Amino acid sequence: MDSLIPLFVIIPLGIAFLIPLIWKLIPSVFKYLPATGILFLLVLAFYILIANGNETLIYKVGGWEPVKNVPIGIHLVVDGLAASMLIIINLIGFLAGIYAIPYMKKFTGENYFFVLFSLMVAGMNGVVITGDLFNMFVFLEISVISSYALVAFGSSKDELEASFKYQVLGGIASLLILFALAITYWYTSTLNMSDISHLLKQAPVNKVTIFIQLFLIAGFGLKAALIPFHAWLPDAHSSAPSPISAMLSGVLIKAIGIYALLRLFFNMFRVTYEISIIITLIGVLSMVIGVILAIGQWDMKRLFAYHSISQMGYVIMAAGIAMIILAKGGNRNIAILSLTGGLFHMFNHSVFKGLLFLNAGSVEYATGTRNLKDLGGLSEVLPVTSATSLGASLSISGIPPFNGFFSKLIIIIAAIEGRFYFLALLAVIVSIITLASFMKVQRYAFLDKLKKGGSNIKEVPFLMCFSMIILVILCLVMSLMAIPGIRETFLMPAVNSLISLKM
Amino acid sequence: MLNYILCFVLFLVGLYGVLTRKNIIKIIIGLCIMEYSLNLFFIMIGYIKGGVAPIVDLSSSQNVKYVDPLPQAIVLTAIVIGLATTALLLAIAIKLYKKYKTFDIDKINNLKG
Repeated sequence: MDSLIPLFVIIPLGIAFLIPLIWKLIPSVFKYLPATGILFLLVLAFYILIANGNETLIYKVGGWEPVKNVPIGIHLVVDGLAASMLIIINLIGFLAGIYAIPYMKKFTGENYFFVLFSLMVAGMNGVVITGDLFNMFVFLEISVISSYALVAFGSSKDELEASFKYQVLGGIASLLILFALAITYWYTSTLNMSDISHLLKQAPVNKVTIFIQLFLIAGFGLKAALIPFHAWLPDAHSSAPSPISAMLSGVLIKAIGIYALLRLFFNMFRVTYEISIIITLIGVLSMVIGVILAIGQWDMKRLFAYHSISQMGYVIMAAGIAMIILAKGGNRNIAILSLTGGLFHMFNHSVFKGLLFLNAGSVEYATGTRNLKDLGGLSEVLPVTSATSLGASLSISGIPPFNGFFSKLIIIIAAIEGRFYFLALLAVIVSIITLASFMKVQRYAFLDKLKKGGSNIKEVPFLMCFSMIILVILCLVMSLMAIPGIRETFLMPAVNSLISLKM
Repeated sequence: MLNYILCFVLFLVGLYGVLTRKNIIKIIIGLCIMEYSLNLFFIMIGYIKGGVAPIVDLSSSQNVKYVDPLPQAIVLTAIVIGLATTALLLAIAIKLYKKYKTFDIDKINNLKG
């Protein structure tokens, strides 16, 4: 099974290079290629997670065996967390790929869109499976460069401006990450992650490792758009075509921001108390400020984009609480509970935020606007869109029995058990404000009275409805992951690869 | 040690340029300066005083010092990535100029809030 790992990069990359050829020869087929390839990878990722659970698969690129226990060459590693991330990336990638088939008809240059889309998926899969620091940087650049181009895809004034902002801040972030990698290589003389973690976990914490960690927080914080590094996200995520917004908000900021941050801080470094305080503080700030900025927005996609910042704040706060408890040598079980909540919320967020952006895309597709003031009464003419968006709204605001409720509940319970009463209170308040802002969306867009000339609006094509319906079903089904029995198969392998469950 | 400090100063010069300049092209140049300083840093990490290029020559004596080849490979990759980023940035800059008729970042401010 180890030999299947490179397929996660090879298939989307191969499709990206095949599309320009096939587009000339058989123009009707190329649209379906990305979705088909990604569906195969989704099945493969599920198979790896269920069959391998807590084990770690390693593929040595080029067959270079370690010499005297020093790894040479690049290793591709799939453990529990990587397998879960692969499932999420390929799931949202598959559904966004299907959704894009009718949605992109109004744009010119569809073939370029699908090429860039496949490249982005290839880059994200690569970031998740790689076990080599510089290789991670290369895959990260593949995915972000294609996302820069995709944000500017409509090439109107707003999209170009958003893309330029995104590129400059993303470029600074990449260079900060590269600088941190250079210092890491200088200090440890290796780029293999497990090798570095052997060296750094034993060595005492000194100025060099703290310097590296601060650079990594700034770099990946910029990529994940945590406050105070958030300025690019609302522009970029609201300007992109809707399937791409779903990919950017749903998976990109997680795969190249949060995942990389958690992977490096839990598995590579010995995290000190001060660093974990900084991470928790950034998380809490994102959670609170993100939602306050969101509630005043009238552009649907912009409102959703600000909520992405706020919900990522939950994930980082939960991870930060786990780090504080581990650094102080407190109760391990609370740390595990907190991290479980954080990761669970991350997986849930990619499903419901992906769905919300697809809903916004459908509204824009059917009515031609996404300004909440110009909409109204769409539940009569767009039944599928309005029903699915209601599910997603309840899910993100944490209403049972949707999945968002369970992950927020786990985070809040962990915060209370770890005696972070103030943070638990903030989490509850932010959840209530989230509910308020989504009631605003429902009230102005879907309920209310239909605007003049609104009766001509037709429901979106079948393939777009299909993606949305699958996602709203997942919003309900994923809450089962909190139940003991199912939890051990799907959720705990991911936690286990960050904090070892056995002591 | 001085050369490392100068390299870091070069990085900060680039960052200063990105943060303070108003002209889009100058911002892009700032990003390039940052990138070159990092390439320089990588090469300096791998350098050994008196080291030669890392091509093993069996006929020469055993105690030849080689410089580290890995940073050189990394810099090659980083240059290619930098090329892609700069090309895309410049393409966007040209498109922006066509739409707004200016390179001034203060006048390109449609998106707010």
